[in-house]
Amino acid sequence: MTETTGKTGAAAQFEELPDAPPRRRLQLSWTGKLGVCVVVFWAAIVVAGPTIAPYHEADILDEALFVVPGSDNPYPDTDYQPPSRVVYLGSDYLGRDTLSRTLFGARTTIGISLASTLLAYLVGVTLGIAAAVGGATLDTVLSRINDAFLSMPTIMLGLVVIAAIGSTIPILIMLTGLIYATSVFRIARALGLDVMVSDFVEAARVRGEGLWWIITREILPNVAMPMATDFGLRFVYVILFISSLSFLGLGVQPPQSDWGSMVRENLSGLPYGSIAPLVPALAIATLTIAINLIVDDVSAHAGGKLARRMI
Amino acid sequence: MLLHAMLRRIAVGIATLLVVSVLIFIGTSVLPGDVANIILGQMATPESLAALRAKLGLDQPAHVRYFFWLGNLMTGDLGVSKAGSGFGTIGTPISEMLVPRMWNTIRLAGVVAAVAVPLSMALGLLAAMYPGTRLDRIVTFTTLGLISVPEFLVATFLVLVVAVYLGWLPATAYMSGNETGWQLVKALAMPTLTLVIVASSQIMRMTRATVLNVMSSPYIEMAILKGVPRQRIILRHALFNAIGPIVNVVALNLAYLVSGVVIVETIFAYPGLAKLMIDAVQTRDLPLVQACAMIFCATYIVLIFIADMASILSNPRLRHPK
Amino acid sequence: MPALLEIDRLKIDARGDDDGLTPIVKGVSFSVKRGEVVALIGESGSGKTTIALSALGYAKPGLEFTGGEVRLDGRDVISMPPNEQRALRGRRVAYLAQSAAATFNPALTIGEQVTESPVLHGQLSREQADLRAEELYRALELPDPDRLGKRYPHQVSGGQLQRLMAAMALCGKPDLLILDEPTTALDVTTQIEVLKAFKSVIRQEGSAAIYVTHDLSVVAQIADHIVVLYAGDVQEHGTADKVINRPSHDYTRRLMAAVRPPPAAGQGDESSDAHERDAPALEVRSVTAGYGKGRNGAPSLKVLRDINVAVQRGHTVGVIGESGCGKSTLARVMSGLLPASEGEVLLDGDRLQPSLHQRDRGELQKVQFVFQMADTALNPRQRIDHILGRPIEFYLGLKGAEKRKRIGELLHMVELPPEFAGRYPEELSGGQKQRVNLARALAASPEVLLCDEVISALDTIVGANVIELLKRLRKQTGVSFVFISHDLSTIASFADEIVVLYAGRVVEQGPTDRVLSPPYHPYTRLLISSVPELRIGWLEEAMETQEAKAGIDRVVKLTEIGCPFFDRCPLAVEGTCDREDPPIRRLGEGHAIECHRSEREFMH
Repeated sequence: MTETTGKTGAAAQFEELPDAPPRRRLQLSWTGKLGVCVVVFWAAIVVAGPTIAPYHEADILDEALFVVPGSDNPYPDTDYQPPSRVVYLGSDYLGRDTLSRTLFGARTTIGISLASTLLAYLVGVTLGIAAAVGGATLDTVLSRINDAFLSMPTIMLGLVVIAAIGSTIPILIMLTGLIYATSVFRIARALGLDVMVSDFVEAARVRGEGLWWIITREILPNVAMPMATDFGLRFVYVILFISSLSFLGLGVQPPQSDWGSMVRENLSGLPYGSIAPLVPALAIATLTIAINLIVDDVSAHAGGKLARRMI
Repeated sequence: MLLHAMLRRIAVGIATLLVVSVLIFIGTSVLPGDVANIILGQMATPESLAALRAKLGLDQPAHVRYFFWLGNLMTGDLGVSKAGSGFGTIGTPISEMLVPRMWNTIRLAGVVAAVAVPLSMALGLLAAMYPGTRLDRIVTFTTLGLISVPEFLVATFLVLVVAVYLGWLPATAYMSGNETGWQLVKALAMPTLTLVIVASSQIMRMTRATVLNVMSSPYIEMAILKGVPRQRIILRHALFNAIGPIVNVVALNLAYLVSGVVIVETIFAYPGLAKLMIDAVQTRDLPLVQACAMIFCATYIVLIFIADMASILSNPRLRHPK
Repeated sequence: MPALLEIDRLKIDARGDDDGLTPIVKGVSFSVKRGEVVALIGESGSGKTTIALSALGYAKPGLEFTGGEVRLDGRDVISMPPNEQRALRGRRVAYLAQSAAATFNPALTIGEQVTESPVLHGQLSREQADLRAEELYRALELPDPDRLGKRYPHQVSGGQLQRLMAAMALCGKPDLLILDEPTTALDVTTQIEVLKAFKSVIRQEGSAAIYVTHDLSVVAQIADHIVVLYAGDVQEHGTADKVINRPSHDYTRRLMAAVRPPPAAGQGDESSDAHERDAPALEVRSVTAGYGKGRNGAPSLKVLRDINVAVQRGHTVGVIGESGCGKSTLARVMSGLLPASEGEVLLDGDRLQPSLHQRDRGELQKVQFVFQMADTALNPRQRIDHILGRPIEFYLGLKGAEKRKRIGELLHMVELPPEFAGRYPEELSGGQKQRVNLARALAASPEVLLCDEVISALDTIVGANVIELLKRLRKQTGVSFVFISHDLSTIASFADEIVVLYAGRVVEQGPTDRVLSPPYHPYTRLLISSVPELRIGWLEEAMETQEAKAGIDRVVKLTEIGCPFFDRCPLAVEGTCDREDPPIRRLGEGHAIECHRSEREFMH
């Protein structure tokens, strides 16, 4: 630490005490690391799922596969088969391979959710930052409209629109993206307003910088971290939302597989002890819990230690 | 100051409600398919369609229909069903169709709220009082798990355990509207249980987080340094300052119990408002859709208003101006 | 008689994210006898608050006791079981925090918080505690003592809240008080009153105290013993008289040297007239400004009323005033951040557009703003070279190697090593950040630098170094300064001219030597007499003066008519001062005083 150069010997001994630690690196606890592992696992499945799947998602398995050697029944049941060497996680109500459908479904469920969340962010952040920097009138108008949308129950809004105009994957993405853009808008606006009144933005304004510079160089870098945490949470909500729509039969349409509809299709197998509805359910739960674990860990890190220890 | 804040809130609420009404009207107007077509079905001829449209007032320009509708809405006239859904038929007044469903919804939401709100606030507070202990870990992790899984999973597992394996309760509600006593309890049990679990997790997490957040303020440290015991710090010093956000999340959850429970209503075949609205959409019964949507949005706005009021009232700066 | 509190080889460490321990307090020992006030003095990071809190057996989150003992009447409070610690806190040892505004719970009444500790510890019944509190309110000269307990913290002023905290601490008659910088956040005229109240109430109650502060002048008024701390170690320990009048340690001497002498004529630097031209570099004429929108374009809250200030080329104008007087608003009007509602701002004699957006780049370049808090004025996501490079590129159009060279020069100018260019703000100390903040303003090669409280957030020594740097820069560059501060000593040693603001009005202005010598405006006089001197016994003398008795601790009111200082002024004329705007009395050489009283009546 060199506080000043031209100082006398006696003074030089007592430099200003270092109050700034070196930049801290993000250190995750074991739960956070577990979350990261699970998310990485599912990301790999999204990429490689269809390639490593033993069957195609729509394949109704041949009865011949299930013939037990030595048995004289040439036509065994193919639906709700327990796990075996033929179907590692059993078969579903139509006799399709649960494992393959789960692997294929990962791409559908995660892909649609990710696309929707990205769309929600694109719309929400753009409008939210616009409301934060664009003056009182624009802010009031956007906020009022947003409040109106927020007051509508999301699932009902989704159901009404889909019931009216049908369900295709692009519609699903657009709809979900717009529904969740409302909450992103709120957060982006609040964060943007916070940064907007900070001294360094004022410093840029007094320098004469334009709005575009202020938004891209001063505001966005400073809202990126909290927005990233929120992205995780929002992604979880979107997965749950898409799965719920599918569960009601209004999401992804058969024969394409998707985790939510897989649970619904195979509910009737539950009383017979089939694991066909449990596998996709577990897939959803592991993914969403994993993301939440990471988010929890990151926000605890950002929030400091005070909350963890008291009295 | 207090009055000013309240009036401002009321004005914002009304403004939002108006925007909502416009959005709902536009939204329902662009729904494809038209009632006249659906009613007449195969027998439709261009002449009969035009005649029916004129009779239903569908040939007026949009803004005229909007103000007509809004005016009727304000005077409490919700119109008549144009397609017939639920228990109604064409021409049944909407209000008649809504009332029984509304009762079912309110009954379910009320029971759930009565159980979930005190339970979750108590558990959330306990977790915040003893952070890092086993109790806290259990509460934190369980609620994290529960908010991470879809509602239909919770419902499905409950059905599996309680109805299928244990056989204690019927898996579905099938209410006719005149159940009493034990029958009613049995019909309500499963949906209530599901929703209590779902709503509690949210409120519990929020209570814990808010109280812990307040716990890091200097005045809490001061209370510690005055030798104030832990219970009193939480209940007297922290809770008063955490009321705002907690009430807000409770309000959001109550709004959800009224309007967002379509999955639970579907799984348990519980005849509530949400299910009615879905039916109405499928039959293109626009007045009914509009009425349901207005009810949902108004519920949300009123609950958020109450929450805002509660947090304003808990703020001594507004209650006792200088 | 054995000591009340003995701190014995105390060690406290901070636990980092990686579970490693960093020593914060490195084996400190001292003791406090009954009825004695011991001051812990040191700068930020010296561990003074951490040591003081150990007397309550408390360590802030993230800190751990790793060695030594803290004995209260012979018993170690660190190793006590938690319930015994709780029984001790508030009853035997009480704590007064730096910011009363943050340490009072906003949701509970003052009375409940003041009486909470003795009632909970079973020392007093609720009624007894209420009576005791009322007695303390009277002793601390708080207004309306019988109804004060029913009020909420936001309903009383900052100075009153600070004294209420003393009442809260004293309510249970503790044996030992811990006072943690209790007057640092206050204005000078309020500080003097609070100090006096603390001092007399400590004497009256006969309790011992540990007084934590960074301010030697304050220590001189209140302490019997002084412990000088640096980086968690005791540097010097002795009686107040010995440490202040005959310091033996280098660090103590360095601290003393950084304390600026009380403001008086003849401290300022000689201002050079070499750069002087006809028109002032920057001038504001009859400016009125404020916030909110009122009727016909006037602000609903007028913070500045009819202000005239001229900054000559190469000169430094010091703007002094207490919180809420409008000094920051004045800087914002000059920079264009806040357009004036009336009046005009001139640069080199040319009229500037009131609002920032209408000024052209050349005009913006000439007036640069240095923000008060370097912590918040530097974008945490930008590297130092980006922070400094942007204005160079923006105003001067330099790029690439030229820009890098200029960044190097700027870092050299503010005495920072060139490798800092690659760092982020959070890797710098407070003083270093303030230097970067200055360098950014200098990067534009400005003609006028607006410095808003640039050293008030810094430690004494660091702040003194920054002032030295500013003086050197002024010589090197010939830049004019508008130097805003609440600290008259700083201004006296740095400015050529002084503008005294009170409640949005200029009450006095002129060359530094003229303003700081008689005749004075009554408010200037009050300000000068309130600045604590590094001299034992100063407080008692100062409290005897006429203005101290008249003008202490009142809320500053913005008035539309009359003299805003009316209700604090010892010379106020009822019926005139509160009804009519005071005339401006010009006393030559640009010295002007705004007062109804004539020159002869001003206090000498």
